[in-house]
Amino acid sequence: MLEVRGLEAWYGESHVLHGVDLDVGDGEIVTLLGRNGAGKSTTIKAIMGVVESRKGSIRYNGTETIGLAPDRIARLGIAWCPEERGIFASLTVKENLLLPPEIAPSQVDLDRIYTLFPNLKERLSSPGTKLSGGEQQMLAIARIMRTGAKLMLLDEPTEGLAPVIIQQIGRTVQALKEIGLTVLLVEQNFRFAQKVADRHYVMEHGRIVDMIPRAELEASMDRLHSYLGV
Amino acid sequence: MTELWYDLEPFLQQGTLGLVNGAFYALLSLGLAVIFGMLNVINFAHGAQFMLGAVVAWMLLTYAGIGYWGALLLSPLIVGLLGVVIERTMISRLYKLDHLYGLLLTFGLALIIEGLVRNQYGVSGLPYGVPDAFRMPPVDLGYMLMPAYRFWIVVVSITVCLGTWYAIEKTKLGSYLRAAVERPQLVQAFGVNVPLMMTATYGTGVALAAFAGVLAAPVYSVHPGMGANFIIIVFAVVVIGGMGSIMGSVVSGYALGMIEGFTRVYYPEASATVVFVIMAIVLLVRPAGLFGRA
Repeated sequence: MLEVRGLEAWYGESHVLHGVDLDVGDGEIVTLLGRNGAGKSTTIKAIMGVVESRKGSIRYNGTETIGLAPDRIARLGIAWCPEERGIFASLTVKENLLLPPEIAPSQVDLDRIYTLFPNLKERLSSPGTKLSGGEQQMLAIARIMRTGAKLMLLDEPTEGLAPVIIQQIGRTVQALKEIGLTVLLVEQNFRFAQKVADRHYVMEHGRIVDMIPRAELEASMDRLHSYLGV
Repeated sequence: MTELWYDLEPFLQQGTLGLVNGAFYALLSLGLAVIFGMLNVINFAHGAQFMLGAVVAWMLLTYAGIGYWGALLLSPLIVGLLGVVIERTMISRLYKLDHLYGLLLTFGLALIIEGLVRNQYGVSGLPYGVPDAFRMPPVDLGYMLMPAYRFWIVVVSITVCLGTWYAIEKTKLGSYLRAAVERPQLVQAFGVNVPLMMTATYGTGVALAAFAGVLAAPVYSVHPGMGANFIIIVFAVVVIGGMGSIMGSVVSGYALGMIEGFTRVYYPEASATVVFVIMAIVLLVRPAGLFGRA
């Protein structure tokens, strides 16, 4: 579904990605693990087209997207949930939820979203940023679920959240998989990533240095610990 | 009671007349606020685009025989399209740079537009009569007789300001606009063509200025400096209301027009400077403006 080859990216003068290669198959949940500053978020942003400059190749269902503007990339069926969540303060919860335009018929309608996230339904007319951190994260995921996008790029959805909220996010990611969506997940919280993901890529210094399928995870724990330094 | 009324009457009269100026302040600062909010550009050409609206109305009448009502529609369209061309070819290149570059560019554009009009038509002013539909007895407000056309200016201005506010605060398109003001990149990553929205926003802001220009043509003489007279006060209004705040610019537009009127009753010499005194006080007490988010 997604094939990334030799992806490089820059912020101003600083060269952040040095040739990233990764693949994500249809319906898979794949994580990007690595220490702070390894280039995980930048990889996601580069796929979405929101870095200052990038080169290499990113093919989505066979379409080369390296030269496309972010709105065109989104229209192909890729949705991005940024690390800072990006809830709009000047919009109500409902306006936030309905903001992203539908790009394809979606299996997730508003009723389904209200069932998955009952908290949101109760707060529809509050300003978006009056929600708690966990609720804002739910809202950020919920609003891209109803657009019909097929590939979700989730950047650290559990960051700074309480364990009970993290469990709820875990169930949400599972729900995404059941609907048949594909997820590329950046995660610092390895325990969380371990539960939800099919495969793990490990990043260091702007490159992918290893790939560990779920089945080999147990056997690769020592290797992984040395990468992550935990 | 009667004596109080005698005191109050000039106050109400000047306040109401001030509302006519306020109508223009509100329309112009509204356009500036919309453009600044979305593009982060301080549109110094706004006064020249206002003037151009009036001049195009005069040209439509003189060369094409198209009267006031046609001009009220066509002139904003023509000047707004010019705005679209300006945004696409020039302003859009400056978004990644400091505010100052946009300000310098639009200031230069204002000088060019005013210079071209002065060159073509001189400085003495072009006549533009009050439309026939308003050649009727003044409107009796109880405490004064208000010329019908001035009454119309206030009504139209309030309608347009409320309409714009509604479009931005309550519609789907408005929610894209508000969201893009906060995080343009994320809105674009949702699949919205943000650069196109910016072009359309600039065109709309400029069209609003031209619309105000057509409204002004029958009451102020149409001349190259008519925008420059207004725009200095309008910038003070925008600062008082809060940069980028739609409601702030509209409310302070009308309020400051009326305050100018009241000042004329008690101390006429200060009526031209009172806006700037208020601006200085607001900047000291609330630097983000009365309605601005700090």
